[in-house]
Amino acid sequence: MSKQQWPLYEVFIRSKAGLSHKHVGSVHAADAQMALDNARDVYTRRMEGVSLWVVEANAITASEPEDKAAWFEPAENKVYRHPTFYEIPDEVKGL
Amino acid sequence: MSALFDAVLRLADSNLILGQRLSEWCAKGPQMEEDVALTNVALDLIGHANLLLGYAAEIEGKGQDADQLAFLRDGDKFHNLLLVEQPNGDYAHTIARQLFFDAWANAWYAQMAQSSDQRLAEIAARALKETRYHWRHSTQWALRLGDGTEESHQRMQAAIDALWMFTGELFADDEVDVEMAEQGIMPLPSSLAPQWNTAISAVLEEATLSMPGDQWMQSGGKQGRHTEHLGYILAEMQFLPRAYPGAAW
Amino acid sequence: MYTQGLDQQGDGPTLVENEQDLLEKFQAKVDAEEKIEPKDWMPAAYRKTLIRQIAQHAHSEIIGMQPEGNWITRAPSLRRKQILLAKVQDEAGHGLYLYSAAETLGVSRDELVDQLIDGTAKYSSIFNYPTTSWADIGAIGWLVDGAAIMNQIPLCRCSYGPYARAMVRVCKEESFHQRQGYEIMIALSRGSDEQKAMMQDAFNRWWWPSLMMFGPSDNDSKHSAQSMAWKIKRFSNDELRQKFVDATVPQAEYLGLTVPDPDLKFNEETGHYEFGEIDWQEFYDVIQGNGPCNRQRLAARKSAHENGAWVREAAAAYAEKQRQRKEAA
Repeated sequence: MSKQQWPLYEVFIRSKAGLSHKHVGSVHAADAQMALDNARDVYTRRMEGVSLWVVEANAITASEPEDKAAWFEPAENKVYRHPTFYEIPDEVKGL
Repeated sequence: MSALFDAVLRLADSNLILGQRLSEWCAKGPQMEEDVALTNVALDLIGHANLLLGYAAEIEGKGQDADQLAFLRDGDKFHNLLLVEQPNGDYAHTIARQLFFDAWANAWYAQMAQSSDQRLAEIAARALKETRYHWRHSTQWALRLGDGTEESHQRMQAAIDALWMFTGELFADDEVDVEMAEQGIMPLPSSLAPQWNTAISAVLEEATLSMPGDQWMQSGGKQGRHTEHLGYILAEMQFLPRAYPGAAW
Repeated sequence: MYTQGLDQQGDGPTLVENEQDLLEKFQAKVDAEEKIEPKDWMPAAYRKTLIRQIAQHAHSEIIGMQPEGNWITRAPSLRRKQILLAKVQDEAGHGLYLYSAAETLGVSRDELVDQLIDGTAKYSSIFNYPTTSWADIGAIGWLVDGAAIMNQIPLCRCSYGPYARAMVRVCKEESFHQRQGYEIMIALSRGSDEQKAMMQDAFNRWWWPSLMMFGPSDNDSKHSAQSMAWKIKRFSNDELRQKFVDATVPQAEYLGLTVPDPDLKFNEETGHYEFGEIDWQEFYDVIQGNGPCNRQRLAARKSAHENGAWVREAAAAYAEKQRQRKEAA
């Protein structure tokens, strides 16, 4: 028991209303409540946030870097998803 | 001096001495995150002390400032509660002391926020936001230690039992208190007892700890009669201004 | 969490080829100033270097709380007490940001803390000097944090993403530290003769150790070239040290201080200060554990850790009970 450390929680902060929560780092805590308290004390000492999330690190499922090509590059050749792909005459307004 | 001066000093000194005690934990906490948490509480308390001492100095009107009141008064002129000058002990003692104080401070500031004295009402409103967070911190830890391991349970119960005799003073009225309450400036200490008892007994029960029964209660801090601990706190805290009289830092 | 899976894949010949290929891609990324992120492939030596450096950095922040924490209860005014508390609290915070960055490399904080406590990990040698007067608090903020900032600003562009991001956060907070230290010195410089003497004495004791903070001279620095190629390091030890001296000497003059170095002189041609030889024997002695406070600092850290064990166990036990109660409900 004594050698077993408290679990790791990842910390996300919403810096102001209107913005998404953003990952800032992690804290160790025995439970989620303590993780929230620790995150507040460690990461928001200078009014950095208005809302906090903590997530136990091992609850996060992440994509693998090796899969980067298979996962993200196919989007590169689908330029028709971007508005600039389409040619509209200059005189047409409002599009 | 006026009753108002005495009353403001009492509150200021309790904050200052408890803040000083908590800062002794710096770099010694049971977990690094806890070092940051305890320092936050200490900072809040010293902040309250600073505001209150500044006000006390104005009331006194002798040209002193908050620092002179903090650093140049001897022990018998300090009016803090005996509870806050008790040593940090193990973490259970620190948490028990904080739990008792935070429950009292929450009740006190909630009422003082309605004070007829505008300045004190403002200080109370600000302090209340912070002490509510402190209370959350101390209750969480009381639960963890009380209902944690066998060892932590015993330590927490021992701390509650050892510090209990200093809780009576939180609710003992004297003439200064009565005068402040009559003028609607500060709450009457005895009136806060039921609320405090309810809050503390709920936490202790959930923490599987027992509430000590009626016993002898130690008091005197508010009137300047202290335990031996205060002298050492002051010796350390006041050393520089006393060794270099008149120096600016 | 992350294990380097390569050596478990088994097929020998392709592994070697594969590794060469990965190494080239890795270096190309670093050269192009792209960031390396936790799950990306990285050379084992890069990982090891980063863990060592980030851990040393984190340990320095945590041990660094002690010499300054030493004066919190004796700070001479309420304002100074609040500032010092907030500053030492920041050091704890910085230590935590950095341990958090180190943990993304697959090492646990517990392992790192164990290495600190058993004396196998290093931390900045500066914290093995004692703070014997209030002026030391000014000198540390001004000189030690000043030197640290010089070292740390380039680290905000380090090739390893989590370390770079932690350093951005640290540097943002650190600039108040240096200014508060210098402000303490200004107050002393305007004070009594006793206060001025206290300030000069602190400066005499902290000047040389501050210069040592930049590490051995470039001729003797064993990790430098590789760290530069990996963009963990951007400037050499001697470059940063020179920058520090150039910035600091005029600040010392403003305070009316005498730099404790008879060889110090300004070179009009180069536009830099030339300074005397650092006592490298002292530097290596302190690194080897023979500074004035090495044993004291480690013992204090160890005792905080050990005295806190029952508290950490209680919190873990309580969390487990709560989890079981939730499941049963």
